Amino acid sequence: MERSAVFWIVRDTYVLIVRSLRHIFKNLDQLMALVIQPIMFMLLFRYVFGGAINTGSTTYVNYLVAGILIQMAAFGAMTTSLNVAADLQRGIIDRLKSLPIASSAVMTGHVVADLVRNVLSSIILIAISLLVGFSPTASIQDWLLITAILLLFTLAFSWLAAIIGLLARTVEAVQWISFVLVFPLTFASSAFVPTKGMPEVLRIFAENQPVTHVIEAMRSLMVGTPMNDHALLSAIWCIGITVICVPIASYLFRKHSTK
Amino acid sequence: MSDNDPIIARGLKKSFKNVDVLDGIDLRVERGTVLALLGPNGAGKTTTIRILSTLLPPDGGQALVNGFDVVREAKQVRRSIGLTGQYAAVDEYLTGRENLEMMGKLYHLSSNDSKRRAIQLLEEFDLSEAANRIAKTYSGGMRRRLDLALSLVATPPILFLDEPTTGLDPRSRLAIWDRIEKLVYDGTTILLTTQYLDEADKLADRIVVIDHGRVIAEGTSNELKSNVGNERLELVLPTEEEVRKTIEALRTEVLRQEDNRTITVAVDGSITHVKKILDLLQNSAIEVESFTLHKPTLDDVFLQLTGHEATAAETEEDKIK
Ligand SMILES: Nc1ncnc2c1ncn2[C@@H]1O[C@H](COP(=O)(O)OP(=O)(O)OP(=O)(O)O)[C@@H](O)[C@H]1O
Ligand SMILES: [Mg+2]
Repeated sequence: MERSAVFWIVRDTYVLIVRSLRHIFKNLDQLMALVIQPIMFMLLFRYVFGGAINTGSTTYVNYLVAGILIQMAAFGAMTTSLNVAADLQRGIIDRLKSLPIASSAVMTGHVVADLVRNVLSSIILIAISLLVGFSPTASIQDWLLITAILLLFTLAFSWLAAIIGLLARTVEAVQWISFVLVFPLTFASSAFVPTKGMPEVLRIFAENQPVTHVIEAMRSLMVGTPMNDHALLSAIWCIGITVICVPIASYLFRKHSTK
Repeated sequence: MSDNDPIIARGLKKSFKNVDVLDGIDLRVERGTVLALLGPNGAGKTTTIRILSTLLPPDGGQALVNGFDVVREAKQVRRSIGLTGQYAAVDEYLTGRENLEMMGKLYHLSSNDSKRRAIQLLEEFDLSEAANRIAKTYSGGMRRRLDLALSLVATPPILFLDEPTTGLDPRSRLAIWDRIEKLVYDGTTILLTTQYLDEADKLADRIVVIDHGRVIAEGTSNELKSNVGNERLELVLPTEEEVRKTIEALRTEVLRQEDNRTITVAVDGSITHVKKILDLLQNSAIEVESFTLHKPTLDDVFLQLTGHEATAAETEEDKIK
């Protein structure tokens, strides 16, 4: 039976998405990280820094949730780097590359698994934060928007992460590269403290980088801080990053002479 | 030999960071036959296979697989081949069954066909019992068998096997040999690499020996072995005096003296020849403590062809890795 090329791209991608989704529940270490990390972050930041940081009229718990959610999503996306690098190291990418399938399919699988993983850990995080005093004012529509922004952000970061995985090649290299990339981006942002108190150069960076826009947009939707044009800028950044990264990742995947 | 041979390589070149890894490899595999690529560590076996299976572009030369150019028509090549890499590439977090079913679907079999094929292959490769365990829990041999099964999901007409039996116990090794013979019987064309002459001997119609990225010998296993010389009879004698007497009695047939009690004699491998020698010694009242018959090994081929031991040259390259 002859099917169109598009049909096969979609089915190959679907098969590989199912593969990566299975990993979520069979790779127990990653599953543990998924559950424990949000709880740890929430409790530590809430109780260790909570008393010391001035977030104006918003309580620190209310301020914090959007920040932790996005930091978690950024780190979560790095599982894509890890999984891509692990595939490379184990020769699975070689095997898949010797098949007549679309070059983006393998990574799309990992990226979609990331989206699912991040939604799961976000739900856990929000549940925990409700227990420790989070009081959102968001309506249903707001929550849908929040979810949309979170997914867009994860999508952008996961594709970026796929590139990192392909370039780093080994799980060990991914670990330090993602550390070097994600820590500055998430800490030099409005995730945990307002940018007002930062030194000039840092403040300008923090206020204009995508992570801050995404956090501010989510925060505004959750607890009513000023929105300005954060939502629009978030969308532009995330879509922009995705549009640039997908072809680069596909190219690297095909091109890569792995060992 | 013809221009429709399913695997043809002409003058393949590849270098990594200015080191020439392949220096003009020529190969040709006829339909329905097995070619064994024989060579020591670092000879360029894996690199050759990676180029032929479209994973690596060559720097020079040309390769046609199933009539398609591996660079310009990679997609068509991929439709005609199955690949088992040197290191078992199974998805550790999927079960054996899931691995096989996934591969079936990626080869564009229907969902039902993929399931059926998976069951069949699990059976054939003695993995039925472990079918529903994740591959992370498999032993090395089981992984290897699953790996090989994965490359057979789609019954491709051309198969590349990179050291298919390295690290397997004798039973699994025989099972895989069996399987490979069956494939050839069904018309599959196979290019495999190995470091073992006996494996090449058993499976291959033709053997290409490579070293340092160059073809240094080519032929059937018998042709290669006759180059190296025949089998050797090793005699251990009780005293140096007996050694001296033996050398005197056998003269030209003595290949070399290994140490002060052991000598090696060239034989053709037949019982008659061995018996003749032992009889001769008995008639000369020479006592033989023990004897063993050695087949020519890859090391002998190498010693003969390159003047260096197959393994010795490699230690430094392995360090770089
Ligand atoms: N990606 C790479 N980068 C640099 N050097 C490489 C790369 N791939 C292979 N080499 C080098 O090329 C040479 C040939 O490697 P290859 O893997 O083809 O050997 P091989 O015959 O398969 O050896 P083995 O029996 O150990 O598997 C080796 O010296 C290896 O170090
Ligand atoms: Mg090799």
